Amino acid sequence: MATVELRFSALPEHVRTARLVAAAVARRAGVDEAVLDEVRLAVGEACSRAVGLHVSGGIMAPVKVVLIEEEKQFSIEVGDEAPRVSPGDRASGAGEDADAEAEEDEMGLAVISGLVDDVEVTAGEHGGSIRMTWPTTPSVAVLP
Amino acid sequence: MDLSLSTETVGDRTIVRVGGEIDVYTAPKLREQLVELVNDGNFHLVVDMEGVDFLDSTGLGVLVGGLKRVRAHEGSLRLVCNQERILKIFRITGLTKVFPIHTSVEEAVAATD
Repeated sequence: MATVELRFSALPEHVRTARLVAAAVARRAGVDEAVLDEVRLAVGEACSRAVGLHVSGGIMAPVKVVLIEEEKQFSIEVGDEAPRVSPGDRASGAGEDADAEAEEDEMGLAVISGLVDDVEVTAGEHGGSIRMTWPTTPSVAVLP
Repeated sequence: MDLSLSTETVGDRTIVRVGGEIDVYTAPKLREQLVELVNDGNFHLVVDMEGVDFLDSTGLGVLVGGLKRVRAHEGSLRLVCNQERILKIFRITGLTKVFPIHTSVEEAVAATD
């Protein structure tokens, strides 16, 4: 069940807000304090990537971040609405800009996969998503 | 927190002190600063990251871009960083092999190779 859902206009200035919200919810869900920096960085990377895809594709729709608290895990799903095209479909004039964007995209994904063990990247003609999952430690009940 | 930037010249080295968060929103400001320095003829840069609270791949991209620019003039770009959480990002992207990373500005200024 989704705990918190966030939608923001695809603008770079909102990525920080998404990072702060994600870290706050992750902490509350029981994600280890030592891992919160990684959560913050990974969600920032995923959101930056989604913003980049929306901006370059001229997509007005917001970027969606879903923070899901489950029994022993916490997941963050960052969704974009940028349709993917296969490399062969790319206009031949796209050239350097497209290459630079692809490089940044790969760097962001490299950071995410370096940080998060459990990550799932999907992409299709209606957009894509990155789902990242971390284990949580249940809070210990203090008996009187 | 926003990004703060200041520069200082020590001999032929230009120290760029960066503070705050380097992300998709603030990285363009750092890029502009580095481009301006190189265009003004400063080819030996030391980027002091001790005041940086957050760095993402956009920031890494800007630093790599800066390195490419100074190298085109046979210059150098050295980093000063002791923060484990920032160093980790350089490690997982393999960029520790690309950038000389020093523990102090003095060490970076004195370095020659």
